Amino acid sequence: MALSSSHPLAGTIAAWMWLLPVLPLLGFFINGALSILGSSHVGPSDPDMGHDDHDASPAASDQASHSHGGDSHAQAVPRFRALTAIIGPGVLILSFLLAASIFLAMRGVDMSAPFIQRYWSWMPVGDLRIDMAFQLDQLSMVMVLIITGVGALIHIFSVGYMSDDPGFARFFAYLNLFVFFMLMLVLGANYPILFVGWEGVGLCSYLLIGFWFTDNANASAGLKAFIVNRIGDVGVLIAMFMIFANLGTLDFTGVAAGAAGLPFGGALVTTICLFLFLGCTGKSAQLPLYVWLPDAMAGPTPVSALIHAATMVTAGVYLIVRSSFLFAMSPIASITVAVVGAVTALFAATIAMKQWDIKKVLAYSTISQLGYMFVGVGVGAYTAGIFHLATHAFFKALLFLGAGSVIHVMHAAYHHSGSHDDAQDMRNMGGMRKAMPITWIVMWIATLAISGIPPFAGFFSKDSILGSVYEHAGDSVLTNATWLGMSGHTVLLAVYVIGLAGAFLTAIYMTRLMLYTFHGPSRATADEQRHMHEAPWLMTGPLVVLGALSLAGGWLNLPSIMSFLGPVGGLDHWLEPVVGAATRTVTNGVALEASHSTEAALIGAAIVIAVLGIAVAVLALKPASLVPKAQSPAEHGFEKVLANKYYVDEAYDDAIVRPVYGLSKNVFWRGLDAGIIDNLFVNGSAALARGLGWIGARIQTGSTGVYAWAIVVGAIVVLSAFSFR
Amino acid sequence: MAFDLSQSMQLIAALTPDIIMMVGGMVLMLVSAWGTESVERQRRVGTAAIGVCIVSAVFVVYFMAVHATAGSGVIAVDNFRWIVDLVLLAATAGTIALGLDYNTREGILPAESHVLVIFATSGMMILAAARDLTIVFLGIELMSIAVYILTGMNRRSEKSAEGAIKYFLLGAFSTGFLLYGIALVYGATGTTSLTLIGERVAAHQIMSAPMLLTGIGLMLIGFGFKVALAPFHMWAPDVYEGAPTPITAYMAAAVKAAAFAAFLRVFLEAFAGEIPSWHVAVWWLAAITMVVGNLIALASKDIKRLLAYSSIAHAGYILVVLASGQALGSSAFLFYIVAYTLATFGAFGVVVALGQSGEPYLNVDDYAGLWTVRPWLSVSMAVCMLSLLGFPIFGGAGFFAKWYVIQSALYAPEPQTRLAVLLVLTSVISAGYYMYVVLVMFMKPRREVNTVSDPRSVGAATRWVIGLSTVILLFLGVYPNALVSLTQGKGSYLRAPTPQVSQVVPR
Repeated sequence: MALSSSHPLAGTIAAWMWLLPVLPLLGFFINGALSILGSSHVGPSDPDMGHDDHDASPAASDQASHSHGGDSHAQAVPRFRALTAIIGPGVLILSFLLAASIFLAMRGVDMSAPFIQRYWSWMPVGDLRIDMAFQLDQLSMVMVLIITGVGALIHIFSVGYMSDDPGFARFFAYLNLFVFFMLMLVLGANYPILFVGWEGVGLCSYLLIGFWFTDNANASAGLKAFIVNRIGDVGVLIAMFMIFANLGTLDFTGVAAGAAGLPFGGALVTTICLFLFLGCTGKSAQLPLYVWLPDAMAGPTPVSALIHAATMVTAGVYLIVRSSFLFAMSPIASITVAVVGAVTALFAATIAMKQWDIKKVLAYSTISQLGYMFVGVGVGAYTAGIFHLATHAFFKALLFLGAGSVIHVMHAAYHHSGSHDDAQDMRNMGGMRKAMPITWIVMWIATLAISGIPPFAGFFSKDSILGSVYEHAGDSVLTNATWLGMSGHTVLLAVYVIGLAGAFLTAIYMTRLMLYTFHGPSRATADEQRHMHEAPWLMTGPLVVLGALSLAGGWLNLPSIMSFLGPVGGLDHWLEPVVGAATRTVTNGVALEASHSTEAALIGAAIVIAVLGIAVAVLALKPASLVPKAQSPAEHGFEKVLANKYYVDEAYDDAIVRPVYGLSKNVFWRGLDAGIIDNLFVNGSAALARGLGWIGARIQTGSTGVYAWAIVVGAIVVLSAFSFR
Repeated sequence: MAFDLSQSMQLIAALTPDIIMMVGGMVLMLVSAWGTESVERQRRVGTAAIGVCIVSAVFVVYFMAVHATAGSGVIAVDNFRWIVDLVLLAATAGTIALGLDYNTREGILPAESHVLVIFATSGMMILAAARDLTIVFLGIELMSIAVYILTGMNRRSEKSAEGAIKYFLLGAFSTGFLLYGIALVYGATGTTSLTLIGERVAAHQIMSAPMLLTGIGLMLIGFGFKVALAPFHMWAPDVYEGAPTPITAYMAAAVKAAAFAAFLRVFLEAFAGEIPSWHVAVWWLAAITMVVGNLIALASKDIKRLLAYSSIAHAGYILVVLASGQALGSSAFLFYIVAYTLATFGAFGVVVALGQSGEPYLNVDDYAGLWTVRPWLSVSMAVCMLSLLGFPIFGGAGFFAKWYVIQSALYAPEPQTRLAVLLVLTSVISAGYYMYVVLVMFMKPRREVNTVSDPRSVGAATRWVIGLSTVILLFLGVYPNALVSLTQGKGSYLRAPTPQVSQVVPR
C-alpha cells in the first residue's frame, strides 16, 4: 500500500482531491438554504416540464385551461434564482477544472500504485479500522472526469430547462448532492465508502424522480426505485461482510492483495462476486431488477440524463471493474455477468422497439446499453466496459437532453394552444427538424454513435466489447469453464450472437425514434407549429459539446487495426495499472491479439449490422402514415406484448408486491392480531374465552383477553422450545 | 475508585445517581402537591425535573471519568450501567421537555406527570445496575407501575385510559411469569445473585436441571413482554397509540432500553452456561419479532402505531445481539440504544410538534407536502426515518447501529449468519414504511383541508429535542468513533461468568 508521503502525486494538486466532492456538497448546502429561504410560495408544479421560452407574454389566459390546471408556476418567479443559477453549475465547473488539473498532474508522473489520502478513522471494526479515505487512480480519474464534465454540462442545460420551476433551488440542491455522493462512490478507498456513495446516489435519485410531486405516479416511481435498489444493496452488504470475514480488510488495495490468495474459481470468491453482482443488477437496472428505471423517467429530463443514463446507473459497471481482482478469479461469476448483460441488452432492445414515449425508448435503450457494458466486464474486457461507459455517457446524455429540448418545445406549443395531449408521445411529434435544426443534427450524431456507425464514439466502444467477447470465447480462462452445464466457449459465442442481434435492434429503434420525431410531416396543429422554435443557447450549447464528444469519443481508445487514425489503445494504457493484472488473469497471462483479418471481419460484421438496421428502419417505417396518439389504433399480438413491456411490472406486482402487502394486511394484521386469535380463542372456544372474559367485559374491545391468550400460547411455545435442545 | 459493596455506606455511594432521582422525585412530588394545578406550575415542575436529570447525569459522568469499579455485590458498577444510565437520563429529559409543550396543549395540568417520569426512570436505572434477581424485580416494578399511570395520564382521552388499563392488566400478568421464573431459578441455584448463579450454572452442577430451565424460560417470557417481542407484543400498539405522545416515545425508547439492559445482563452473566438451552428460543423470538414487527408496520397508516410496530421490529434487531450469545455483543447493544433512542425522540418530537389539541391528524397521509411548509421539521423527520431504516450518512448513527449488530451476529463464536441475513432482509421491508413517510412529506402535494401541515409555532423545548436528536444522530453518522470508543472501552462489556464458560459452544 502506497504511503501518501512517498507517492509521486504527494504534494501536487492531487492532494486537493478532497475538494472534488466537497465543492458539490457546498453547492448542496447553499442551494438547500436558498430553497428553504425562498420557499414562501411552493406549490405543486408541472409534472412533465418547466416552461421557459414563451417570451414576455404572461400566459395568464391559458392558465385555467392548461392541461395541468390550477398550478401557478408560470407566474411564480423563484427567489434567489440568479444566485442558484450561478452556484449550481458553478461548483460543478470548478470541480471539473480541479479534476482536469489533477488529470494533467497524473499524466506527468509514473504511477503504478493508487494515491490514497486518509482523513480520519471512520468505522472501527474489531481490531481493524476503516478509514475515511479517498483513493485516486486511473480508474477513479476517468470516472471523476465523466461525472464532473458531463455533470457540469447537464447542470448548465438545467438552468435553462428548469428556469421557471418554483423548485429551482431545491432541484439544484438535490443535483449537487447527487454529484457529491457519486464522487464519494468513485473516490472511496474502501468498500464501505463506496457503499455510502452507492446508497447516497440512490437516495438522491429517489428524491429527484419524485421531484414533481403533483401526481402519485411520480412519488410511487421514486419509492419503487428505492425499494428495488435496496434489494440489490443487500447483495453488496452481504458481499462486504463476506470479504471482511475472509480477508480481514475492506480497503481496495488490501482486498486486491488478499484476493490473490483465494482459491481460483472457488465457491467463496464466486459467492462474493455473485452477491456484488446482485447489487449491480439493482443499481444498473439489469434483469431481473431493471423495472425501476423506466418508471424513473417521471423525473425531470436532466435528471434522466445525469443519473439514469450517464452516471449513477453505471455505478454497477464501476463496482465490477473496481473489484476486477475478484471477478477475474471466478469464471462462473464472470460468465453470469456476461450472460445477464447480453440477455438484458436484447430484452430491453425489443421493448424499446415498440415504445411511443420518447423518454421510455431512451430508458430501455439505456438498460440495453448497460447490458453491453456488463458483457464487456463479464468477459474480462474491463477497459472495454469502461470505454463504453464513457462513450455512452456522452451520447446518451446527449439523447436525453435532446429529447428534453423536444419535449420542452412540444410543451410550450401545447401551452399556447391549450392542448391536453401527451407532449412526450412521438405520435404527436413529427417534422421537428424544421423547428429545431441544431437539436436535430446533434441527435442524429448521437443516434449514429449508439447504432455503431464509424467513426462515431459508440462504434469503437461497442466493437471493442463484442470483439473481446469473440476473442475470449476462443482462448481465456472462461473458455474452459462450465456454466450451467455448458462450456464457456459455447456460452460466450452465444453472448456474441445475442450482442450482434441487440446491435441490430438498437439501430432500428433509434432510427425509428429519429424518424418519428424529426422527420415526416408534423402532427401538431398549425397553431402549435407556429410556437415551436429552437431552445435557447443555454440548452443547445451543452448539446453541441456533447455532440462533439459523441463524434470524437472513439479516439480515446482506437483499435490497433485503425492505427492510421491516430495513437491506438489510449484507454488501455491508461487503465493498465488498475485492471491490467485482472485482465491478464482472465486471458491466461497473454495479451490477446486477434489476427488483423479476424478483427477486420468482426468490424465489418458490426458495421454491416448497424447499416442494415438503419436501412431496415428507414425502408419499413413510414412517418408520414403515423397518426397522433389520440387517433392511434390499439396494438395487437406480439406488438401489444412489447408495448406492455412483456407485462413484467404486472407479474412482479402480482407475484411479490401484492402478496407482501396482503400478508401484512390480511395475515399479520387482520389475521394474526385480530382474526385468527379472535376466532380461535374467543369465538371458537367460548369456554376458554369465558375464563378470561371478565377482563374483556371491562374494557370495551375485549381484546385484552385475546392478548393475554396470545401471551399464554407464546409462553407454551417458548417453554417447549427448551426441550428441543 | 473502587466500591466495597458489602458496606452499606459504599453501596449507597455507588447508587448516588439513582438516589438523586428518587429524592428529587419525592421533593418535586411534594412541590406539585402544594398548590393548585396550573400550566405555569406544570412547566416549573417539569423544568426542575429536567434539572434533577442533569444533576444525576453529572454524577454518572463523574463515575465514568474516575473509572469506578466494585467488587461483587447486588449492583454492578461498570460502564455498561453508566452508558445505559446516560441514555435513560437523556430520554427522560427529552420526554419531560416534549411533555412541557404537549401537556400545555392537551390540558394535562397535573405536574405529577413529570414527577412520575422521574420515578419510572429511577426504576430503570436500578434495572441497569441490578446484579441480583430481587433488584431486577424491584427495578421492573418501580418502572412499570409509574409507566402504567403515565399511560393513562390524559384522563379525558378514552384511548389513553383504555391503553393504561390494558397495559396494567397484561403487565401484571406477565410480571407473574417473571416472578415465578425468578423463584424457580432461586430454587434451582440457591441464590439470587447473578454472579453466583453464573458460577454455579457454569460449574455444571445443575446444568439443564428442569427447574432451572423452566425458570429461565419463564423469565424469558417476562422480559419478552417488557421489551415487546412477538408474540408478546400485542399490547404495544394499543398502548403506544393511546398514551400521550411523549410517553409513547418514553416507552418506545427508555422502557425498552432499560428492560433490555437487565435482560442482557441476566442472560449473559447468569445464564451464559446454559446458552445451548435458551439459544433456540431466543433465535426464534428474534426472527419472528423482526418479521412480524416489520410486516405489520407496513400496513399501519397511523404514525404512532407505525412507530410502535417499528419499535417491535427494533426489539427483534436488538435480540439478535443476545442470540449471538456473547458478552462482547453488549457494545453493539449500547451503540444501538443510543442511535435508536435519538431517532425515536426525533420522530416523536416531530409528531408532538405537528400535533393539535386532541391529536386529530395522526395519519401518515396528513403529512402530505409537509416539506413546503415546515422544511426543517420534515428534514428532521426524514433523518430519523432513515436512521431507523439504517441508512448511511443521512440516517446518521442508524447505519452503524445495524452494522455493529450484524457484526456481533457474524463474529460470534458460532456465527448467526441466517439471523443476520434475516435482519438485512427485514430492514429492506422496513424501507416500505419508513420511506413512505419521507415520500409523503417531500413528494405529495399539500392538502388544503384536514392537514397537520399548517405552519404554527413549535414550543422551544420541543424544538430543542428534535434539533439535538437530529444533530447528534448526524454527527455520529460521520464520526461514530466518539461513541464506539466508549461502548467498546473497558467495563462496557458484560462480565462473562468464568473463562471456561465462553468455550461452551452455542448451537
